[in-house]
Amino acid sequence: MKIPKEDIIHVAGLARLEMDDAAVEAFSEQLGKVLEYVETLNRADTQGVAPTTHAIFLNNAFREDIQGEHLDRESALSNAPEKEDGSFLVPRVVG
Amino acid sequence: MKLYELGIGEAHGLLKKKEISSRELTRSVLDRIAAIDDRVGAYLTVTETAAMHSAERADRSIRSGQMTPLTGIPMALKDLLCTQGVRTTCGSRMLENFIPPYDATVVARLKQQDAVIVGKTNMDEFAMGSSTENSGLKRTRNPWNLECIPGGSSGGSAAAVASDMCLGALGSDTGGSIRQPASHCGIVGLKPTYGRVSRFGLVAFASSLDQIGPMTKNVADSAVLMNCISGHDPKDSTSVPEPVPDYPSFLTEGLEGVRVGIPREYFEAEGLDPEVSGAVRRAVKVIESRGAACLDVSLPHTRFVVAAYYIIAPSEASSNLARYDGVKYGYRAGDHQDYLEMYRSTRSKGFGPEVQRRIILGTYALSAGYYDAYYRKASQVRTLIMEDFKAAFGTCDVILAPVAPTPAFAIGEKIDDPLTMYLSDIFTLSANLAGIPGMSVPCGVSSSGLPIGLQVLGNHFNEGILLKVAYNFEQAAGHPPGRPEMGV
Repeated sequence: MKIPKEDIIHVAGLARLEMDDAAVEAFSEQLGKVLEYVETLNRADTQGVAPTTHAIFLNNAFREDIQGEHLDRESALSNAPEKEDGSFLVPRVVG
Repeated sequence: MKLYELGIGEAHGLLKKKEISSRELTRSVLDRIAAIDDRVGAYLTVTETAAMHSAERADRSIRSGQMTPLTGIPMALKDLLCTQGVRTTCGSRMLENFIPPYDATVVARLKQQDAVIVGKTNMDEFAMGSSTENSGLKRTRNPWNLECIPGGSSGGSAAAVASDMCLGALGSDTGGSIRQPASHCGIVGLKPTYGRVSRFGLVAFASSLDQIGPMTKNVADSAVLMNCISGHDPKDSTSVPEPVPDYPSFLTEGLEGVRVGIPREYFEAEGLDPEVSGAVRRAVKVIESRGAACLDVSLPHTRFVVAAYYIIAPSEASSNLARYDGVKYGYRAGDHQDYLEMYRSTRSKGFGPEVQRRIILGTYALSAGYYDAYYRKASQVRTLIMEDFKAAFGTCDVILAPVAPTPAFAIGEKIDDPLTMYLSDIFTLSANLAGIPGMSVPCGVSSSGLPIGLQVLGNHFNEGILLKVAYNFEQAAGHPPGRPEMGV
């Protein structure tokens, strides 16, 4: 089983990835094999079974609303690829 | 004996008696790294100067009578644990120059105990892999056979411990990434219960599965590290406020009254190497001879484990890795006209092929029209897998199983076939899906001279019984692989 190339290109777009034809071809084949294998899940009877998203039961983890120690602006910006005037610098977003 | 060959407990004893200093010990480890790591490739960063300063500080603490079980002990960290001021790459071009402004909680705890951090170890990029071949930065080799993979994703930590380039290390385990490399390199690896150890400062892969744990030369050292890293952390809302027992107190002789379950599905699994199953079955006999009672248990949903995992983990990863957008930290590609192009170019150039594969797979599984068929279905099967363990732990205290279906395979053997690589994770994934603790302890050597591990699984928060069983096995069997011959 192969995943249609259009699907790979569509999903890559959602994930903000771009790929050349060779990568699309390889992924369509490799992920097709993985998804074919994943079809085995259909043999599991899950009628009425609740999904698990978290293996350990925890209630909400509340804490007192007190300001703690946080990174200062300089530290928070220290790894920014581009910065200016204490802010992250990004390409123009609004036209 | 060379100082670098010491385990944590032995070194602690000698430091306490002032027969050695942390400076001598740390120097010995750093010299060992300089002598052999060009062949093994375990480290991405060696923090020599900082390590020697920490060693001096530790020696001062010892002289003033202030000593913890880790004071002055040279340790390695998998390179996805944030270290303030020391680059943390996650094995990725994306974070090649990332210098965290804070320490992960486990790192802060090691520092509080005066441990000496000697460096950061190689790994599969973003911990996605079973061989460390997916590192975007370096190749790591198995110290037992340099043509073989060390396992993964914590392959650098495992190789460093096995070849005495540190006394112990921390790794992380999302689907076996501590236990499987520990098995392949002939060392002890423990994945704690989900929530036992804070994940604050761990670069996230799959947040409902990731857990940090110790990788050590023996079982007692694993217990010492568990004491240091376990416990609730307000900075990780999924860490559990359960009391932390004194783990070394579980290391007592004899297994009378311990019920050991043998899961038939694991021993009937396709692809299980007879040498591995033979070594594990012999280990079961040894554990029985220490007083444990063996019984058959069934984990009927085992055949769905790989499929469920390879939907859930990539789904979580696709969401977690959305943060790498070239804005706040990490790599940013230069060739872009607008912000969307910047995202795409940055992510396509910064992530390697396996990471992109899993992001695509996860995004596909979560996308409109497929969510119910894949993610929801896998999450329901996860419930069934958890119920299997719940039923089994109604009749037994621990489950014994193989760690990996074969000993370490050759570099390059599976790299072009992702599905075959995923299937090799069959015995380790279930512990992450169920959130239970799992341990790998060396139990034999293959005819080709490669280590084989025994896996011990327990119920939530029962790391103590795992340590007890592993310790008793180690006392009876010794350390089957011995140490690799590195020719120096």
